Amino acid sequence: MSAHSHVDGQLPHEPEKATLEGRNKVLGFWLFLGGETVLFGTLFGAYLTLRHQVGDGNPTSQELFDLTLVAIATFILLTSSLTSVFAIQAMHKNQVKAMLNWLIVTVLLGLGFLILEIYEFLHYLHLGHGFTTSAFSSSFYTLVGFHGAHVAFGIFWITLLIIQVFKRGLNTTTAPKVYVAGLYWHFIDVVWVFIFTVVYLMGKVG
Amino acid sequence: MAHGHAVKRYSGLMDWLTTVDHKKIGVLYLIAGGFFFLIGGLEAILIRIQLWKPLNDFVSPDTYNELLTMHGTTMIFLAAMPILFALMNAIVPLQIGARDVAFPFLNSLGFWTFFFGGVLLNVSWFTGGAPDAGWTSYVPLASDTYSADKGVDYYVMGLQIAGIGTLVGGINFLVTIINMRAPGMSFMRMPMFTWSAFIASALILFAFPALTVGLVALMFDRLFSANFFNVANGGNVVLWEHIFWIFGHPEVYILILPAFGIISEVVSTFSRKRLFGYSSMVFATVLIGFLGFMVWAHHMFTTGLGPIANALFSIATMLIAVPTGIKIFNWLFTMWGGSIRFNVANLFAIGFIPTFVMGGVTGVMLAAAPADYQYHDTYFVVAHFHYVIVGGLVLGIFAGLFYWWPKMFGRMLNEGLGKITFWTFFIGFHLTFFVQHFLGLLGMPRRIYTYQDGLGLNGMNLISTVGAILMGIGTIVFLINIIVTAKKPKNLSNDPWEDGRTLEWAIPSPAPEYNFAQTPLVRGYDALWKEKMDGNKGMTPAEPLGPIHMPSPSILPFIMSIGLFIAGFGFMYNHYIVAIIGLVITFACMFLRSVIDDHGFHIEPDEMHDKGVKG
Repeated sequence: MSAHSHVDGQLPHEPEKATLEGRNKVLGFWLFLGGETVLFGTLFGAYLTLRHQVGDGNPTSQELFDLTLVAIATFILLTSSLTSVFAIQAMHKNQVKAMLNWLIVTVLLGLGFLILEIYEFLHYLHLGHGFTTSAFSSSFYTLVGFHGAHVAFGIFWITLLIIQVFKRGLNTTTAPKVYVAGLYWHFIDVVWVFIFTVVYLMGKVG
Repeated sequence: MAHGHAVKRYSGLMDWLTTVDHKKIGVLYLIAGGFFFLIGGLEAILIRIQLWKPLNDFVSPDTYNELLTMHGTTMIFLAAMPILFALMNAIVPLQIGARDVAFPFLNSLGFWTFFFGGVLLNVSWFTGGAPDAGWTSYVPLASDTYSADKGVDYYVMGLQIAGIGTLVGGINFLVTIINMRAPGMSFMRMPMFTWSAFIASALILFAFPALTVGLVALMFDRLFSANFFNVANGGNVVLWEHIFWIFGHPEVYILILPAFGIISEVVSTFSRKRLFGYSSMVFATVLIGFLGFMVWAHHMFTTGLGPIANALFSIATMLIAVPTGIKIFNWLFTMWGGSIRFNVANLFAIGFIPTFVMGGVTGVMLAAAPADYQYHDTYFVVAHFHYVIVGGLVLGIFAGLFYWWPKMFGRMLNEGLGKITFWTFFIGFHLTFFVQHFLGLLGMPRRIYTYQDGLGLNGMNLISTVGAILMGIGTIVFLINIIVTAKKPKNLSNDPWEDGRTLEWAIPSPAPEYNFAQTPLVRGYDALWKEKMDGNKGMTPAEPLGPIHMPSPSILPFIMSIGLFIAGFGFMYNHYIVAIIGLVITFACMFLRSVIDDHGFHIEPDEMHDKGVKG
């Protein structure tokens, strides 16, 4: 129960699983991601049902989507997943500074993705593809927007964790937090891979 | 770490607002769920008064729509589930030999979000109209075109906020059961109630997010003019049916599985026999949970999905009768040859079995898609689901309350009054709903505020109303019982039924804050019974006596939920400043929770009321 007795340098190999609280947090978070999978699954289901309901005179997905921009966004987000892996690896080696640096890179890449997405949405709005335009547009913005909101939440969260670890160091309380934030970040990346495929690629071809 | 942390303890109201103790949260769930049960019951009685004679004008058609919507919504989300959560909170950690749940803070958050979601939903009565589109809130009826007032917005917001609490609670129980079992408590030694709580929690985890999305879509349609269900702009109303029932059917099993668990415990204890076919019971529970996700479209046979879809969902539905039948026979074989005690808890359990079988049989009848075209939207359906939910779940809850009341409160409910409750409620229940099968077959449609004279419906409707009043009387007697019991001294032994089989009966009644002074060593299924049979006085401790770590109480879950409550009103009335203020309150609490380290405190061995684990 001595959750804080470890000083830096004496951390166990997997500090996120060193205490029961840590193990609970990691397992609970995996389960939470299971629920999130259903949430996004349902959003995908709604989108797939409604994606052809564009309405007369409104831009279709073929006309709207610009794969170059989306590909850049995808590249940025997937890279951020890689940097978050580096952060966790650094944590397991107890290299706190490297971990913080990789987390900062992750947040910056996430921010870059979000800026591109906001630009993309504004661009669509300009082309007459508003939230209320059609069933296609409502389900598109809800699905992609839910993902974007998850990215935004992740950015705030990981930033907060960076500040916490910077102030208090890595210990068996902060390590599980960083670890589950990493899980979260991977999850929103995986969701994006599906969005890229189902929304953008199928939208361009289908 | 030094053990000299100042112990932050509150008393009185603050204690209840800040508690993270699973047993106290269980009591909170019971009080709040019980309160909503009374509201939902009152609504039911008003419905039955309106229907006691043809062409009655006791309530207006609009009020009737509100009553039937709020009766269903309240009973499912705000009464049945919370009362089950009450029992799960109070008992599951004790049954697995844990000192606490995995996430005490989230447990408290789960309660308060449920509570404020429920309050928000019921505020609608005073702000110009409750939800009136049925508990299923089908579109286009629930769209802003046909339900222009705020009622359905309250439904959407209230359920969304309450749903957060349910999801959080489900995850909490899953992690608790996976990670916090005492040494020796393998999965196949877990009591049936814990098993059923485990499977029900898994169903919550995978079913509730679908409802979240459905409610978000409906909210976006109504508040922000989205087009999910707006056919004019390409929306699809059948989409709502699918999303709702992908959540809604597992929800039915979320409700009934814990009741199955309760019945298994009560029948086994009061037959003084090991549960017959324990492993097949576990298998059946898991299978029902699995199949529960495969049958949602049997609610939509008349929607027009086509014969192939209807046939598949029809067969999948009928398959569920197999594991359920396994359970029924296991309970019967448990009683077979046992020395049965007919106390109130067991009366409810024994009353449950034939009643639930009747609900199951009409379930299989409804699962036959061609026949369902005849039953659909008639009182036959109403009779069916009340047989499984009231005759199944509510009888199960009563059995569980009478059985575990001594463990929760240290006092035994009065048996005499309990028997009055059982007989009035049981007879009242069958009077109310048995005739409704035939009302349905005669063609009386559900959800209609009145019926014509001379159709042969009068007599049975009158009987049904009389039965509902009898159920009300049974409930009132139960309330009297609670008051009478509260005046008795708390003087019960660890095992007041003397036939306790599971770990919760190895510790004092009510359980101390830390549950087990020493974590017990579990040596077999029915852990305490095994020790009794081996001639031991109690459980063997698995650890030496030492200081026990406890989580600190916190007011944050309460404030977070108030934030969501405020935000809900902000969204509904288009005051986005208010919505943002509410969300800021909630996120600020999340922020505080993240940055303030909660070290908890320790209870030293000399502070404990009893030393060691008693038998």
